[in-house]
Amino acid sequence: MVDPVFASRLQFALTTIVHIIFPVMSMGLAPFLIYFTWKDIRTGEAIYEQLRRFWTKIFAISFVVGTVTGIVLEFEFGTNFAAFSTTAGELFGGPLALEGMMAFMLEATFLGIFVFGRERVGNVLYMVSAVAVGVGTWLSAVWILIANSWMQTPRGYELISKNGQEVVTLVDPIAAYANPRFFWMFVHMQNAAVESVALVMTGLGAYYVFRHHVWGYSIRQIGFWEMTLKFGLIALVITAPLQVIHGDLYARHVFETQPQKFAAMEAIWETDSYVPEYIIAFPTSIEDILDPRAKDIFGIGIPGGASWLASGGDPQATIQGLEEFEGPQPPVAIVFWAFRIMVALGFWFILLAFWGAYRWWRGELLEDDLLHKALMASTPLGILAVELGWIVTEVGRQPWVIQGVMKTSAGVSPGLTSAEATTTLVGFAVVYLGLLALYLYVIARIVRAGPPEVADSGTTDHPSDSPAEVSVDD
Amino acid sequence: MTSGSWLADGPLFGLPLADIWFGLLFFIFAMFLFLDGFDFGVGALFATRADEHEREQFLASIGPFWDGNEVWLVVFGGALFAAFPAVYANLFSRHYLLMFAILGALIVRGLAPEMYEQRDDDRWKRWWGRAFVVGSITAPFFLGMFTANWLLGATTIVTLPGIIVGLAVVALTVVDGVAFLRLKTRGELREDLRADGYRALGAYLVLVVLTLGYVYAVVPDLKSALVSPLVLTLVVLTLVLAGVYAVATKRDRYYVAFGAAAGLVFALVSIVAALIYPTIDPVAGLTVDSAIVSTLPLNLMSIGAALLLPLIFLYFGVLYSAFSGPIDVEESY
Repeated sequence: MVDPVFASRLQFALTTIVHIIFPVMSMGLAPFLIYFTWKDIRTGEAIYEQLRRFWTKIFAISFVVGTVTGIVLEFEFGTNFAAFSTTAGELFGGPLALEGMMAFMLEATFLGIFVFGRERVGNVLYMVSAVAVGVGTWLSAVWILIANSWMQTPRGYELISKNGQEVVTLVDPIAAYANPRFFWMFVHMQNAAVESVALVMTGLGAYYVFRHHVWGYSIRQIGFWEMTLKFGLIALVITAPLQVIHGDLYARHVFETQPQKFAAMEAIWETDSYVPEYIIAFPTSIEDILDPRAKDIFGIGIPGGASWLASGGDPQATIQGLEEFEGPQPPVAIVFWAFRIMVALGFWFILLAFWGAYRWWRGELLEDDLLHKALMASTPLGILAVELGWIVTEVGRQPWVIQGVMKTSAGVSPGLTSAEATTTLVGFAVVYLGLLALYLYVIARIVRAGPPEVADSGTTDHPSDSPAEVSVDD
Repeated sequence: MTSGSWLADGPLFGLPLADIWFGLLFFIFAMFLFLDGFDFGVGALFATRADEHEREQFLASIGPFWDGNEVWLVVFGGALFAAFPAVYANLFSRHYLLMFAILGALIVRGLAPEMYEQRDDDRWKRWWGRAFVVGSITAPFFLGMFTANWLLGATTIVTLPGIIVGLAVVALTVVDGVAFLRLKTRGELREDLRADGYRALGAYLVLVVLTLGYVYAVVPDLKSALVSPLVLTLVVLTLVLAGVYAVATKRDRYYVAFGAAAGLVFALVSIVAALIYPTIDPVAGLTVDSAIVSTLPLNLMSIGAALLLPLIFLYFGVLYSAFSGPIDVEESY
């Protein structure tokens, strides 16, 4: 039997880590689907109908799995973190309720029309549905991140006593909900979602392009996959550099508002100035991995780099070390390595984007087999980077559930027994792994079945070199 | 600077916001039980059909709707958290395993129809078909148990009234599901469903009488509330609506039957609300007035709900009118 506090934390980690995959897919696909729907309606070209219908299938299954895993989270604060819910409910419940009413309702109702209603509604309502679904997915993120940013940098509240318990009371809604942290989280998260989907698109596109153009297999509808690769690449070229730029600004904000988390991200124990940034940290022992200390790890460091990044240009800036903070520390190893791998992936995506763009510009996009392999291998890495980013955010805040206000251990439901907590933890481990396997299986089937056959009902004339017609030698 | 100070002075327009939110929560729950209820009912009735074409029709009839319908439950959870955080925390942590049983059933119910459509082989369809049925029956059953335990203040998971109420809710969802399917299907299937409607209605009435009898005989705390004019009116209303449902089903007045099913759901949820008021979590000793959040967030939430609820009804209006009339099994993507 697992201790209820530990089991609840593990269960919340598991359920959020699995859940986030699906909103990333739906939020990332939303702008593409709006564009494909628009082009489909305006041009009537077969390729856009194919793109719309194919990616709508992926969107729909992601949305369904996202719904059923998301409902769990809506109730899990109450079941496992009752003390947190009682204490923070006054600030935290509102955004969740508004997420349901403003975002989820919009998304789930218009999704019915968007997925099933192409033949039933006119172009205008269909387009409205596409936009409503897309806006809904993004509004969802707004409210969830408003709630989460308050846990990172709580403002606009006071602690009062109610029914014999110390609870948070809202005094300044603008301070509480228009939290500066929210801005960085939202920009970083939404861009990451689009980037992750761009990587899924380039990866899948590259797979079929590689088999067709490099191995010489005949692939049905190769034009569709070429377009998928190109759309993914365009999105990657836009999002990959942005992700690193605002990631850097976000990290500076963390340094200013959550110094303990920042110290854990950099594994800095002693307060120091002129702190180097280790761009390559190479563990030489198990110790280095499990208990990383920046000073002891073999690495290639830029002198003053961490100070320079944290302060926004001053290599002499002082960074508070973990030793300055009383009480338990966040699990430094998890935060340090998750942050490093995320950043490394971020730079890898920039490299991929420019590599692909260069080949495209040279007219060699369809021939460079090494690029194809790199893109294929990177298909799930955007989502992995999102997971790592959230691990930095949430594990880095420990031991606090609300930074500086409430410890995570104090937030767990007081009446919860180890038997109950262990039962559901094991249940979720089994069910969610099964869910993930099913999701991947269904996606694989949709991909293997390929885009639907569509007759070109184009209303406008297009030059014959448009990629839709490159295609098809089967 | 405290930006929201004028909103913290007192309830908006002096309204009794705590009571309004108590009513609103039960309204949201009733919307969920009515709308997702027919999805559950369709799932239960799925078990009674062996013909593949009929099964496909059942699935297609709820395809565009169920996700939106289920969001009412999400909104219920969020609204309870926002308006009565202590109730959200106490209630859900106390009924820990039952909550996860509900969530597990909803996962199976949501996933099964999507999976069912993915492959054509018999074994795959048989198992996902069963999963759909099991999820669709257990979700309302556990919800009924949860509601009974909440109302009667039970702290164990399995109780006799919990089981009776659970079964009553399952029967009610089938009543609801029949009315919905008779709007969506045509021909022989539509005729066949009539008998399912009568059976489910009969079972529901028996189970409701059993529940009320149990409460009257065994739960002294609720006895006086039970014979209050409001609850008695709601009980009479239930009987009248059951009559309307039966007659409308017989005479093929499809929309009237569907409306009566909705009325039955709202009457049941109203009975629960009337019995529990003015407490809201009897076991934890929480009343509506003691558990409500403070004035400022309550006012903000009230403004939000007042602005958003009309929009939500608009979305549902657009969705249901886009898919009005009989369903075509070929419709997808």
